[in-house]
Amino acid sequence: MADIDVAGGDSGHKKGPGVKKAKKLSTRVDMTPMVDLGFLLITFFIFTTTMSTPSMMKLYMPKDEKDPKDLTEVKESGALTIMLGKGNGIYYYEGQIKPDGSNFQSSTYHDIRDVIIKKKQDVMKLGRSLGYPKDTLDKDFVVVIKPNKESTYKNAVDILDEMTINQVHRFALVDITDDENMLIKATEQRNGVK
Amino acid sequence: MTPFVDVAFLILSFFMLATKFKPPEPLTITTPYSVSSDKLKEQDAVRVEFDSAGHIYFTATVKNETQDNGLKLELIKQVNANRNLGLTNAEMVSFQNYPTVGSPFNQIKSLLDLPREQRDKVKQPGIPVDSTNNELATWIGAAKVAFQGHQVFYMIKGDNNASYPTFKGVIEALKKNDEYKYKLITDPKAVPPGTDLYNKPQAGKSD
Repeated sequence: MADIDVAGGDSGHKKGPGVKKAKKLSTRVDMTPMVDLGFLLITFFIFTTTMSTPSMMKLYMPKDEKDPKDLTEVKESGALTIMLGKGNGIYYYEGQIKPDGSNFQSSTYHDIRDVIIKKKQDVMKLGRSLGYPKDTLDKDFVVVIKPNKESTYKNAVDILDEMTINQVHRFALVDITDDENMLIKATEQRNGVK
Repeated sequence: MTPFVDVAFLILSFFMLATKFKPPEPLTITTPYSVSSDKLKEQDAVRVEFDSAGHIYFTATVKNETQDNGLKLELIKQVNANRNLGLTNAEMVSFQNYPTVGSPFNQIKSLLDLPREQRDKVKQPGIPVDSTNNELATWIGAAKVAFQGHQVFYMIKGDNNASYPTFKGVIEALKKNDEYKYKLITDPKAVPPGTDLYNKPQAGKSD
């Protein structure tokens, strides 16, 4: 309402001074919206390009040996068994599991790297004292990976990736035993893992 | 501002031309991360995919589409003969044109009857990999026969939240066919500093 009033008053007032000067039109176009759109598209394409470059991770599995003579022997001193449970749970023990399960420990996906590194160094130290050649000091080091039924694919890939990261040359993906599963169950119950 | 805008549009056109859109996939999969630096390439490959619910899909891809297109037909012929599926020629060609399946054998025929666009929309139950009925092993066996003389890559693409038994079933199927080398499709991530891999000389990094 106020606008109309003002406009009316204005036009009446301006009639006096005479003819309006023709406004000189600028030939320049406002490019801001176009540039905005341009950048929007750039961001879109940058994101879509980087997201579609997956990589391939190698996984070599051993043959299932039927004959017990062909099975690979693992030295107890060099073995590290890692078990994966539900809710991103991760458990490990060194060497063989004690009957009372006292060397069964829990860890996290973050801390397991330190466990692997420490074990690798221990084994290499032992290898040095046994007089192994310098480039095969870690030949007794074997990581046995045992995912249980409730672990996820991501858990398995993460731990396999950890093998690459820590340069573990000998590792095996093995089925979990019932005893180990029971230990995991007990620990999960104690810690209230859903 | 003009030069600035010029450069911006140059970058824009670069990305537009360089982007290769992924073909629509029947499964939504978020892959885990790995430090592997091997890039995914076009290859004669058998690709096994599974999502978080454990639906397993099988895809055959050939590197040279024009020359080797017949291999896919050969594959479905093998499966047809092995399992007496009674597929018609048209159904087999339907597989050749779009070699992705995620159904047990008793549903394959009705699946291949559908036109391509509809096959993506159908909710397929996935290929069974139970220890008693590992149908994926048949598919892989047929692929092995069909791709004879070619270097075949066995690629596994799984979802983060898929359960381990699904993955194990896939591996069992491959093992049954005496295949022990696989490629897991993952998203790349940086090597954590200070680790053995990080300190290793560049030359052997892809190992």
